[in-house]
Amino acid sequence: MDVLNLAHGSFYMIGAYTAYTVVMATQNFWLALLVAPVLLAVIGAALEMVFFRRLYRHGHLPQVLMTFGFTLVFVDLIRSRFGPTTRAIPPPPGLGGAVHLATATFSSYSLFVLGIAIVIGALLVIGWRLTRLGVVLRAGVSDKEMAGLLGIDLPRTFTFTFAFGAALAGLAGVIAAPEFAIYPGMDANVLILALVVVVIGGLGSIEGALLGAAVIGLGYVIGSTLFPQFAIGLIFALMAAVLIIRPSGLLGRRS
Amino acid sequence: MLLALALASIPLWAPRFWIYIATQALIFAIFAMSLDLLVGYAGLPSFGHAAFYGVGAYACALLALGHVDGLVPLLLAGMLGAGAAALPIGALSLRTSGIYFLMLTLAFAQMLWGLAVNWTSLTRGTDGLIGIPRPALPGLDTLNVSLYDRGPFFFLCLLVAIAVFVVLESLVRSPFGKTLEGIRENDRRMRALGFPTFRYRLAAFVLAGMVAGIAGSLAAMSNGFATPDLLYWTVSGLALIAVVVGGTRSFIGPALGAFLVLFAQLGLSTYIDRWELALGALFIAFVLFLPRGLVGLVRRA
Repeated sequence: MDVLNLAHGSFYMIGAYTAYTVVMATQNFWLALLVAPVLLAVIGAALEMVFFRRLYRHGHLPQVLMTFGFTLVFVDLIRSRFGPTTRAIPPPPGLGGAVHLATATFSSYSLFVLGIAIVIGALLVIGWRLTRLGVVLRAGVSDKEMAGLLGIDLPRTFTFTFAFGAALAGLAGVIAAPEFAIYPGMDANVLILALVVVVIGGLGSIEGALLGAAVIGLGYVIGSTLFPQFAIGLIFALMAAVLIIRPSGLLGRRS
Repeated sequence: MLLALALASIPLWAPRFWIYIATQALIFAIFAMSLDLLVGYAGLPSFGHAAFYGVGAYACALLALGHVDGLVPLLLAGMLGAGAAALPIGALSLRTSGIYFLMLTLAFAQMLWGLAVNWTSLTRGTDGLIGIPRPALPGLDTLNVSLYDRGPFFFLCLLVAIAVFVVLESLVRSPFGKTLEGIRENDRRMRALGFPTFRYRLAAFVLAGMVAGIAGSLAAMSNGFATPDLLYWTVSGLALIAVVVGGTRSFIGPALGAFLVLFAQLGLSTYIDRWELALGALFIAFVLFLPRGLVGLVRRA
């Protein structure tokens, strides 16, 4: 969509806190997995229709300022509702154990996350490549004016896309909740990593984002093991190297 | 003019604390103006401008701690040090544009931040360089004027800010500035007209870095210390916010934006519990009602 949304990390954080609230109230993780994306889709659609829609013609800088404003608002709301302390939820029943594969041991929840990630990644690529909506979106990204002239209802498509992106971020937040700490400020961490991932992969390319995530994920784990102090620096060095060699990311279109 | 006079009178009536805050705001205004040369005039959205602010501060601090005394050499050290850092970073970052440029400049700034934290023999790591002396003013110390007093130091920052403003304004009105704007609007056409556009962009990047270095030197003298915090991405972010709030493509706008952002942050956090929420709401309102920033108010009138 060519929108720079710094509040995307906030959607992830809200997803994680939704998971916390639902699990504390009902002990049901699967319900949270359902509720959070719906909630975030509503929030995303509302924000797009009321606020972000006015900004598309003003370029990236006002988007940065406004969405940064929203990150401040969201983090403060979360802090006033849940306090500054770190929260955690247990993995869903049946996924709390460990699995032995060959010589290594994995937690079964990690394998579950891996499975979900593969399924969602595959669905995204299929949707992006083969469905009508994917075609419309690709057209909207590459040439807004032409897509509009061809009779595509761009405002509705953009609202839907934004809501869908927010829902996915919320889903990611729920899935991350049992694995990582839930705290106000988790949004900034995940936002920087996500930005690095999409930029390495190339903007406007789903496959690129998946590839970027693989590169950064491996780089981060290797970096944290070898130089724990400098893992995030290594990520940035990796990004700088990629962009110097390929200025539009790994799979991005050359401008 | 009126604004400069109003500012100049601050040390006469304001309480000590507010003179200190106004000094900080002036330094931040110099930094924001240098960023707008890139963002507004050259169309280069840098998210790593704090790199040059920090390098300038460290260059000035190292020289001052090495017993170099003198205002001009110290400011020059910050300026040239930052310029020396901006040259290679600019040459590499300018291969990209748009969001890629934004992320690449951020990456370089964060790497320099990592260097400042880890190169402890030079920078003393997270403790930073402390006890930076302010230079003596030969001739004026007989009159009992010392930069250690708040008033004279404030005037120094004000003078530098005005000088930077005048230089940047005349720069963007010069053929060089017009060429930069032409490149921002249509790079390919300017190249077809025979302009080496990459070199122009690089020159703007280095110049902006040098002015940021001056702001960094003043910050080092003002605080008496230089820490890796100066290079952190939040500093770049705050400057970018000041530029957008004030309005791009003018230098008075970002300067006003710097004052507004600093005072809003300080004022709200002093009087309101949920100040982050209020600050966020303020930014959102700004984009909704003043998408062209503070200068948009004047330009519309």
